[in-house]
Amino acid sequence: MKICITSAGETLDSAVDPRFGRCAYFIFLDTDTGNFQARNNPNAEFQGGAGIQSGQLMAAEGVSAVITGNIGPNAHQVLSASGIDIFTGVCGTVKEAIEGYKAGKYKPASAPNTGAKSGMREK
Amino acid sequence: MIISIASGKGGTGKTTVSLNLALSLNNPQFLDCDVEEPNAHLFLKPSIVSSETVSVPVPEVDESKCTFCGKCAEVCAYHAIAVIPSGERSRGKVLVFPNLCHGCGSCGLLCPCGAIKEAPRNIGTVERGVKGGIDFIHGSLNVGEAMSVPLIRRVKEHIESGKDVVIDAPPGTSCPMIAAVKGSDFCILVSEPTPFGLNDFVLAVEVLRKLKLPFGAVINRSDIGDSSLEDYCGKEEIPVLMRIPFSRKIAEAYSRGEIGDPVFQELRNDFRGMHERIRGLSAKGGRPA
Repeated sequence: MKICITSAGETLDSAVDPRFGRCAYFIFLDTDTGNFQARNNPNAEFQGGAGIQSGQLMAAEGVSAVITGNIGPNAHQVLSASGIDIFTGVCGTVKEAIEGYKAGKYKPASAPNTGAKSGMREK
Repeated sequence: MIISIASGKGGTGKTTVSLNLALSLNNPQFLDCDVEEPNAHLFLKPSIVSSETVSVPVPEVDESKCTFCGKCAEVCAYHAIAVIPSGERSRGKVLVFPNLCHGCGSCGLLCPCGAIKEAPRNIGTVERGVKGGIDFIHGSLNVGEAMSVPLIRRVKEHIESGKDVVIDAPPGTSCPMIAAVKGSDFCILVSEPTPFGLNDFVLAVEVLRKLKLPFGAVINRSDIGDSSLEDYCGKEEIPVLMRIPFSRKIAEAYSRGEIGDPVFQELRNDFRGMHERIRGLSAKGGRPA
């Protein structure tokens, strides 16, 4: 199963980026093999629609779950429509987030937990 | 001649200057283009004679024709469309975020399946009225709406050639301000002699130079603050068209919405003089003689 964690850096020791749409990197992880790939977020500098386009990227990549800090209303709508599980309020390193996810520590977020454009302020 | 009044910083006196200018002219058109918070009508109290709803076209997707190829999302410059391919976790879907859509029409034009048609989305109203000899037009953006530029453009479609036109522009130096001042023959920048006033004045000057619009300055509350705004205008050869000293009487009359107050009547000759001077400056591209 493929999941995605928003990350401040390219390794599993990087901190979880609290922003979804405007995070620095997306780390795509295959939970079966443990293989991962870090990808620069192409949407981070968008004036508007960063959450929407990052959500679309998750759907195109076929991920099952997204682990991040905050999700805005537009990104939440795209991820929900794509049937992707959303886990918010996660902090610490990416490695810790993966362990927490595997241990079933997080509950799926049924609603956005931040406003539109919040990723522009929290940079 | 079309004269726009802009400022950079808000609250410097655009409405005071634009209304007094309009009231000192014969049968002008007055356009309140600050559609996010129009206020000139509170002073002029025009009788409204016509009103129209303004909309922007937004895409509507017929998912029975859509192949979820993603072309519409790819070409959308405002990232207002998400295409979700059909897969294990969901069926194919196209999500449109109308609040981000500028109505450019690219998605519909480039959809290879003809699955997109346009539907109107209301963004606000334009009203036209009269007061004395003034032909009054203003726009009012719906609450919560962010797309002000199409509404400003619609307000400006009421401009009649050959008339003296006064445009009250929104504050700032972004798209709404540019949409309001674009196409005018001359722009008056109203500022105040404070560090904040100067900072935003400089930004507005940079915008007007890029637009190649001739312009001059009105310094409001000219006897407060410091001399840095005057110094800047001198150095940059920006004509100072008028200085309005700080006056409690002006502030009181303004706060009561009484633009016909004697304190403003006294300024009308100065405004007529300024208009004459602008005619001359506009012919010379805005540089002082």
